[in-house]
Amino acid sequence: MNALKDFWALHRIGYIRMAKKLLTNPLSLTGLVLLVMFSFVAIAAPWIAPPPPGARNPYMIPRDGFWYTPRPPSPEHPFGTTSGQYDIYYGVIWGTRTAFRVGLEVVLSIVTIGVVLGLIAGFFGGIVDNLLMRLVDLMFAFPGLLGAIVITTIIGKGLNPVILAFILVGWPFYARLMRGEVIHVRENDYVAAARAVGASPFRIMFRHVLPNTIFVVFAVATLDIGTQMVGVAAMSFFGLGSPVGYADWGQMVAFSRDWIVGSAGNPVQYWYTLIYPGAAIVLFVLAFALLGDAFRDILDPRMRGSR
Amino acid sequence: MIAYTIRRLLVLPVIMLVLSFVVFSLLSALGPAKQLASYVTGPAQLRTGKAGLQALEHKYGLDKPFWVRYWNWLNNVLHGNLGWSQWARMSVTQAIIHYVPASAELVLYAVFPIIFGGIWLGVLAAVHQDKPIDHITRVSAIIGWAFPSFVLGLVILLVFYGMLHWFPPGRLSNWASLVVMSSSFHRYTGLNTIDGILNGRLDVTFNAFRHIIGPVITLSLLEWALLLRVMRSSMLEVLRQDYIRTARAKGLTEKVVIYKHARRNALTSSITVGGLLVAGLFTGGAITETVFTYRGLGYFFVNAAVSLDYAAVLGTALFVSFIIVVANLIVDLLYAAIDPRVRLE
Repeated sequence: MNALKDFWALHRIGYIRMAKKLLTNPLSLTGLVLLVMFSFVAIAAPWIAPPPPGARNPYMIPRDGFWYTPRPPSPEHPFGTTSGQYDIYYGVIWGTRTAFRVGLEVVLSIVTIGVVLGLIAGFFGGIVDNLLMRLVDLMFAFPGLLGAIVITTIIGKGLNPVILAFILVGWPFYARLMRGEVIHVRENDYVAAARAVGASPFRIMFRHVLPNTIFVVFAVATLDIGTQMVGVAAMSFFGLGSPVGYADWGQMVAFSRDWIVGSAGNPVQYWYTLIYPGAAIVLFVLAFALLGDAFRDILDPRMRGSR
Repeated sequence: MIAYTIRRLLVLPVIMLVLSFVVFSLLSALGPAKQLASYVTGPAQLRTGKAGLQALEHKYGLDKPFWVRYWNWLNNVLHGNLGWSQWARMSVTQAIIHYVPASAELVLYAVFPIIFGGIWLGVLAAVHQDKPIDHITRVSAIIGWAFPSFVLGLVILLVFYGMLHWFPPGRLSNWASLVVMSSSFHRYTGLNTIDGILNGRLDVTFNAFRHIIGPVITLSLLEWALLLRVMRSSMLEVLRQDYIRTARAKGLTEKVVIYKHARRNALTSSITVGGLLVAGLFTGGAITETVFTYRGLGYFFVNAAVSLDYAAVLGTALFVSFIIVVANLIVDLLYAAIDPRVRLE
């Protein structure tokens, strides 16, 4: 508790300044508003889109019949229905929960793994560093989606396997980023001072090095929540991710694929099948991109003045 | 420079060996029946009962120890045998050879707008720092970044195909495919736009261009978002250097300062994202090709994955990872050639 108090006393001014910057910059303010909106939708999902009575899994989008052709927005289905009569409004609302879950699960996991490994590699150096970084190099030969697709084919389709796949291919980036930061910070006098008074390597790593390196990672990770969500959504778009009918924006965009061309008189007859889930994805990524950008401006001293 | 090049080239076979080992380990993680599926050429061969399966396992050496299997598999790969693709109904090697030209054609036409457009926009934004042009390009870059390729591709299809009928999906229209596949049409390169010219069929070339523009726009918009940001920040860094002040002080025009002194130096740090760009072209390309049903390597890879065609997925992954490793090596060598500090490290 005392440590927390000290930390707050030390960094209070910094946090207040940060909040001020976030709230005064129109870009980051937009991101913040979007994020609050999405959070509200995710939390309030059971009330603003109540699952039909007797539904076993609220994440499965209710169907209104099995008719093949999508139906336009109506009082009953505010955003219309997809091919197969899945309710688009319901899917977009509950899909917000899926998006948050996917983005947070992937990013929290890869940041934890990457930060710990990067910290160890950068701090101890030598053979540990060499081995870890060669592993990272190797993983970079299977970039993002390519590696995720390979792993998903091996371990099987589904939302959880896809999340696991993105965790497995995502951590090397953070390990490398963290290692670079640690190598910088390690050379500082306060680290040498801590070592001189006999602090254990563990204590130095987590009390002195980590707090001074984590902010750069934090800024990148914010941006990454959106990016990783999109990666998983792309897998669902292909049909490798969530099961058919699951509230997942990527899959809902996939539903619209066959309906890009409308009828002769009305070329964009089925616009709602693409625009609603598509807009949800774009705005979700945008929220985190704007916030991540703002965090980087505020937290990364090297960026100061250059933007 | 020569020593550095040789050092890097010597490591290359080692990396490739390790990559092949990773891919083989992934293959071995599959059950024996699934592994067999990447050898047999039809499902009928798997419906021969337990004895038949055991005979097959023995035939393909799947009952041997790990290292023996790896050696055999590596031998096969080095002889160009990557297994049988159930989805494409041909050997994986044949499938890769069949699908690569389409992707190469896409990359060929996407790479110029991506690189020149990205650099131009980045310099433009940096030179007009904090002016309206800068704000507009920066906001567009963030919005472009927020558009996932599958949404962007579908929106482009909706507008340019659904509404305007300009850029249809696929690689060629039906009539043009018939022309290309006819015996009188000689396929010199496999790139439809170039083969059309070489065969004197400009209508085929025109048709191929109509199909390729949509994917090219999608890929360009995606990659610009990345390149623009990198170029802008490295340009800003260079513009603050002393030699830029010197150049201005000795009375050079602003044009010379920006294009001769600043841009050239800013380019060196932009080359480092070249590797990212190559990887992005493949992963972005895989989604774009799928959205536009543009039958290239990415389209093949994604569809093979969806139908759990293990041999095709792992074979293509091996092939692509080799390309990425080589591309990264070329990027590093280029960087070392331009910036001597790198090779002295």
